[in-house]
Amino acid sequence: MLRKTLLTLATVTSAFSFAPAYAEGEVNVYSYRQQFLVEPLLQAFTNKTGIKVNIVYSNKGLLERLEQEGRNSPADVMLTPDIGPMYDGAEKGLFATIDSATIERNVPEHFQDPENRWVGLTSRARVIYTSKERVKEGEIKTYEDLADPKWKGRVCTRSGKHTYNISLIASMIAHDGLEATETWLRGVKDNLGQKPQGNDRAQAKAIKEGICDVALGNSYYFGHMLTNEEEPEQKTWAEAINLVFPNQDGRGAHMNISGASITKYAPHPQEALELIEFLTERDAQYLYANANFEFPVRPKTKRSDIIKKYMGDFKGDEINLTEVGALRKEAAKLVDKVGFDN
Amino acid sequence: MQSTPLAKKTTNSWLVSSWAIALIVALPILSVFYIALFPEENIWKHLYDTVLPVYIITTLKLLAGVGFLSVILGVGTAWLVTMCQFPGRRFFEWALLLPFAVPAYVIAYVYTDILEYSGPVQGFLRDLFGWQTPRDYWFPEIRSLGGAITMLTLVLYPYIYLMSRAAFLEQSASLKDASRLLGCSPLQSFFRISLPIARPSIAVGLSLVSMETLNDFGTVDFFAVKSLSAGIFDTWLNMGNLGGAAQIASLMMIFVVFLIVGERMSRYKQQQFHNQDRFKALATYPLTKGKAALAFIACFVPLLAGFLIPVGLLLFYSLNYTKQFYTEDFQSHALHSFTLAISASVACLIIAVLLGYAQRLNPNKRSLKIAINFSSLGYALPGAVLALGVLVPLAHFDNSVDAFMRSHFDYSTGLLLSGTVFAVIFAYCVRFLAVSAGAVSSSLNKVTPSMDMASRSLGMTPMGTLLRVHLPLIKGGLLTSLLVVFVDCMKELPATLILRPFNYDTLATFVYQYASDQRLEQCALAALLIVAVGIVPVILLSRSIASSRDIKPA
Repeated sequence: MLRKTLLTLATVTSAFSFAPAYAEGEVNVYSYRQQFLVEPLLQAFTNKTGIKVNIVYSNKGLLERLEQEGRNSPADVMLTPDIGPMYDGAEKGLFATIDSATIERNVPEHFQDPENRWVGLTSRARVIYTSKERVKEGEIKTYEDLADPKWKGRVCTRSGKHTYNISLIASMIAHDGLEATETWLRGVKDNLGQKPQGNDRAQAKAIKEGICDVALGNSYYFGHMLTNEEEPEQKTWAEAINLVFPNQDGRGAHMNISGASITKYAPHPQEALELIEFLTERDAQYLYANANFEFPVRPKTKRSDIIKKYMGDFKGDEINLTEVGALRKEAAKLVDKVGFDN
Repeated sequence: MQSTPLAKKTTNSWLVSSWAIALIVALPILSVFYIALFPEENIWKHLYDTVLPVYIITTLKLLAGVGFLSVILGVGTAWLVTMCQFPGRRFFEWALLLPFAVPAYVIAYVYTDILEYSGPVQGFLRDLFGWQTPRDYWFPEIRSLGGAITMLTLVLYPYIYLMSRAAFLEQSASLKDASRLLGCSPLQSFFRISLPIARPSIAVGLSLVSMETLNDFGTVDFFAVKSLSAGIFDTWLNMGNLGGAAQIASLMMIFVVFLIVGERMSRYKQQQFHNQDRFKALATYPLTKGKAALAFIACFVPLLAGFLIPVGLLLFYSLNYTKQFYTEDFQSHALHSFTLAISASVACLIIAVLLGYAQRLNPNKRSLKIAINFSSLGYALPGAVLALGVLVPLAHFDNSVDAFMRSHFDYSTGLLLSGTVFAVIFAYCVRFLAVSAGAVSSSLNKVTPSMDMASRSLGMTPMGTLLRVHLPLIKGGLLTSLLVVFVDCMKELPATLILRPFNYDTLATFVYQYASDQRLEQCALAALLIVAVGIVPVILLSRSIASSRDIKPA
């Protein structure tokens, strides 16, 4: 009786269920990465392979959705803008291991998970924006310099809890140790020209407006500002700053990546692998990296003129990002402890 | 009266079904509590030692500021347009509701554009006075607690306006006449008669405002205000600790419980019913020229700041940035928004009526009352947290059915509800039930129990009584509920983002993909459309309220 009722219930619910069936020749993507960056790539993928891509974009909650949906999740691929969710998803066992010679060939080792649960697709440096007018070349060279009292009231940054800063601080912990990083963070806090706020572009703007002289920011925002036709005012922000790639005499600039994973219960693992391989190949790498003024992870990929001109040769930190990911929680606690944002 | 239940055994089915519904709606909230109680790593102590005090104090300030200003604006303007005659009164009656159609995140973006350092206002002042750098002068910082209070007040006061205006319209003309005959001035009569009578309605409005303030994330995030909801996201996304985030969310809900209980206790045993003379026209005060001008200004300022300026700027942007806004997809986004909002607002209304009426039939069942109030807590949660709460029971249901079917029939049913529009509509219902339940039960409470008694003693069933007596009587309240929830759903963003099916966009998610990148110009048109869609019900709503009572000049 119970069986019968349940069977009826299930049939009725399936009949009324709005879920469309996803046929073969499709791949389902959950994307934390923004639509305007991802859409052209997926279009190119579909054009090339005929595989249809279904997608959900959200800036949060997709990892949790994947986790709750469990083995019935329709998602095949997860696209992430930052090491944070990649590391967390891998730790929670939500991702399958990726086994592909193409990917091994295209992606440098430090941009891959040692256990192959995620693959980096584009990279960017966290750099120091300095005022063209008020900061001389060579006056600031390292992240550590930001804590130097000579910058008192002259440093700007977005929230210390923002994921880009958390990853930077985590890499500081990895290199300098927890105690030194805490001292450094307190020093930076003492140097702040204003309470941490806004996004990275807002920091360039603050330099333009004279609120501060040096700021932390991701490299690609410079390209976005410099070429912003919709809001030409941003060009003047970019023109007010120089990009300093820190720690060139040491470990190199802190790097972060956007990346991709295949889900553990992917219903279309073959198509998923095809998509990720496609994203590491030459054409997609060029398209993806240059759309966002990021660096392609695949060496010897063509770079746009702006990248060549302003973000040409520099040394990037080659620490494996798994190590950074593991220290992120520690970094976030440190930010609270020193009251960086208060 | 309280002690005589209006129903006997025949209404057990009402009791059972309302319990079942209350529980289903409460599931996402229970899930959040569950996540809080069983975190993967407990960081409560760290939070408590470091950031929690800041979150709590900031939230209290935010609540106090928004609550205070909204009551002043909402009640003040409602009284003016209901009880006074001045030029423009007819216009303000509905126009004062317009800011309600503007999403808080949109107004925050707009005012930042206008008031920040590089904005036109400060630029103008610098040109005028020859200031060079930010160090030369002082200007209020828009991205601050005060800024957040102002923004939230501007879009939330209409809740209180709406509720208190309905209450002023329903008040007995003879009570007011009596107070005036006994020597009260119009103002005294307002404070001693109208205001206390409207208090329950104002309280409903205020509790909605407070919950909206608590659940707001867009504004506090953009303004870097460290409120509890900012803390939830910080703990969840930056510290990677969902359990800790759920703990803060639970704290927030406990907060709300105190708020509601406190308010209820303060008017314990007060009960009001429609007066017999509610159909007698309400007399209004003519204002002298000077006073009329002041009244005009008092009503115009919130309209200007909460609607005309932000919408004007959006219009300006969309005229100046005429790119390919109108794509083929645009229609489908709009259709999605409408479908979701209509389904959810109707579902909410039905649930609210069922629950409200079951409560009326069983006034002695306190546990039911508590269950219903508990299920309204979803409104206080930030949308994304509620979405997580929705994920848990739906996915659990889907996976249990699937596992059962696999093991017994070797057939996989997959995900039946998760990742479908049902999940989104369910989330909307959980989120906005507080709104419709509040509106429905406050209308229902004003219907005198003698109506039930008359109807029932004439042989009508409880259902018949509901359909033929109560629903017609509370038509206004039902419409209010329907429209408010509809507008809220049109604006809803975070839960939609997380729960939606593949390749599914609404107007709000469409706006979001640009607004999140602070490229307001590019989504101005879509944002305007959300506002425009919100305006239609606002106007309908205000008409139906106004026509609920004749108003005659004194």
